[in-house]
Amino acid sequence: MSDHSEIFSLTGLEISQGLAEGKFSSEEVTQAFISRIKEVDEKVHAFLSYDEDDMLEQAKSSDNRRSTGQAIGPLDGVPVCLKDVISAKGQPLTAASKILENYRSPYDATVTVKLKQAGAVVGGRLNLDEFAMGSSTENSAYGPTRNPWDLERVPGGSSGGSSAAVAARETPLTLGSDTGGSIRQPASLCGVVGMKPTYGRVSRYGLAAFASSLDQIGPFSQTVEDAALLLETISGHDPLDSTSYPASVPGYLNALKGKLEPCKLGLPKEFFGEGMDDEVRKAIDQAIAWYKEQGYEMVEISLPTTDLSVPVYYVIATAEASSNLARYDGIRYTKRSEHSENAIDVYAKSRGEGFGEEVKRRCILGAYGLSSGYYDAYYLRAQKTRTLIRNDFEKAFQKVDAILTPTSPTPAFKFGEKSEDPISMYLSDIYTISTNLAGLPGISVPCGFSENGLPIGMQLIGQAFEEEKLLAIAHAYDRELQYGCKQPNL
Amino acid sequence: MSEESSMDIDYVANLARIELTAEERQKFQGQLGDVLKYFEKLQEVDVEGVEPTAHAFPRYNVWDEDVAVEGFSAEEALLNAPKARSEQVVVPKVVEE
Repeated sequence: MSDHSEIFSLTGLEISQGLAEGKFSSEEVTQAFISRIKEVDEKVHAFLSYDEDDMLEQAKSSDNRRSTGQAIGPLDGVPVCLKDVISAKGQPLTAASKILENYRSPYDATVTVKLKQAGAVVGGRLNLDEFAMGSSTENSAYGPTRNPWDLERVPGGSSGGSSAAVAARETPLTLGSDTGGSIRQPASLCGVVGMKPTYGRVSRYGLAAFASSLDQIGPFSQTVEDAALLLETISGHDPLDSTSYPASVPGYLNALKGKLEPCKLGLPKEFFGEGMDDEVRKAIDQAIAWYKEQGYEMVEISLPTTDLSVPVYYVIATAEASSNLARYDGIRYTKRSEHSENAIDVYAKSRGEGFGEEVKRRCILGAYGLSSGYYDAYYLRAQKTRTLIRNDFEKAFQKVDAILTPTSPTPAFKFGEKSEDPISMYLSDIYTISTNLAGLPGISVPCGFSENGLPIGMQLIGQAFEEEKLLAIAHAYDRELQYGCKQPNL
Repeated sequence: MSEESSMDIDYVANLARIELTAEERQKFQGQLGDVLKYFEKLQEVDVEGVEPTAHAFPRYNVWDEDVAVEGFSAEEALLNAPKARSEQVVVPKVVEE
């Protein structure tokens, strides 16, 4: 089978199997996806750049390994594209910002090293909200990504390029980053699987930092199985990231093979109140009904601090961002303003010209929360409230194995609908944010469509470092219903 | 709390080292005021005796062996520098005459 139109619809594992059986070569696979990008990305704009020659070169190396019996593993020869905040040596990394317009990474992120070691064809730089700040990709300095299910609507964000590229079948697998929902929310809005691992499970070395105590890199794919494969490839302790978790990584893909005994799923009553779209509720109710039929027990739980998670998040994330983004100073590796006369000017003008509106807003907000006289009232108070949020989850997990919620309160919204009102945009992450504050793993699994054909996602939240169980619960559903394998017409 | 709901935008923008246009200054003043008002929810929380969380799973004192490892060459380190000369980054003069 070398028909391009058949290859690009396949999942990562199907491609892996096809390569192993000699049905097609990695070069043919890579060529099929490059053709697909050329065909549809003008409409979708998931990619900021891709290096065709480099990708084909990697594919040929993979084919050579295979022909000499040295294929490395299941990802050998399978394309994986990266959100444009993850370093790949010699490739651009813009973070969708003008300030990094001409930057090229001098080194590989740890996840990139791991993918290359697994033989994956690593290429393609995916669009996002500038520095991962946003929920719609409207904050990209290079223009928004459009939702493959409805080009008039946003793909979600900040990893909107990563989710749209999988939905549009421009690549089988991608990586994104999730600070407050930036993997799960766009996965939900584009009808694909997206997972944020436990904080510390995946090294952040080589990820352009937004909020260091919240950021995690994670996978996008059509199926939970593919997510498991990609996650086990990128996970693990890394001496270059002192917050990475020093423990061995279970074989996530293997863990899906056995039959899972039905367990207890928690439904947080605070999530099922006001603000949830009726069609989202309907799809989630159907997913709940499916689990019940399989023998899962649904338990009502309470997370009383839910309404505090958005303000806590924005105080902490903006404070960390204002500190992290100080490195983009126009001195060492960012674009420098041509109008600067002294050192302070270089900083202020380069940043004023190089950053977009939302990044400026957040850096200023963060600086305010950390500034003299306000630190105790904002930052410290937010950190203490964060402890209360963690405690809520700990209590809940004494009663249940995982928590089931919608991923986003609404399906994909239209361009411009929320972009002038920061708070309404911030609230589109209301179901995902507390997971980051508590450091827990969360996965968004497609669970249906609205009447006008927009995807809806279900979120499952697990206990810390228990990705195996979380993936198994998600896979039980996804294996049967496979909404992520449905393809938009482009 | 109304005092906290408005922000001296010029002062804070200077702390953040970001030059704003007049238009941005005006727009942000209103938007950030709204956001601060939204943050006031936090002032009602009882956090008496609660320890702050800096990291979800705190780890302390992660030690590395003190051994030299390969780093970037000067050439590699300067690849992205806006201006460079003689293996150094060129910057505007920072010392007054």
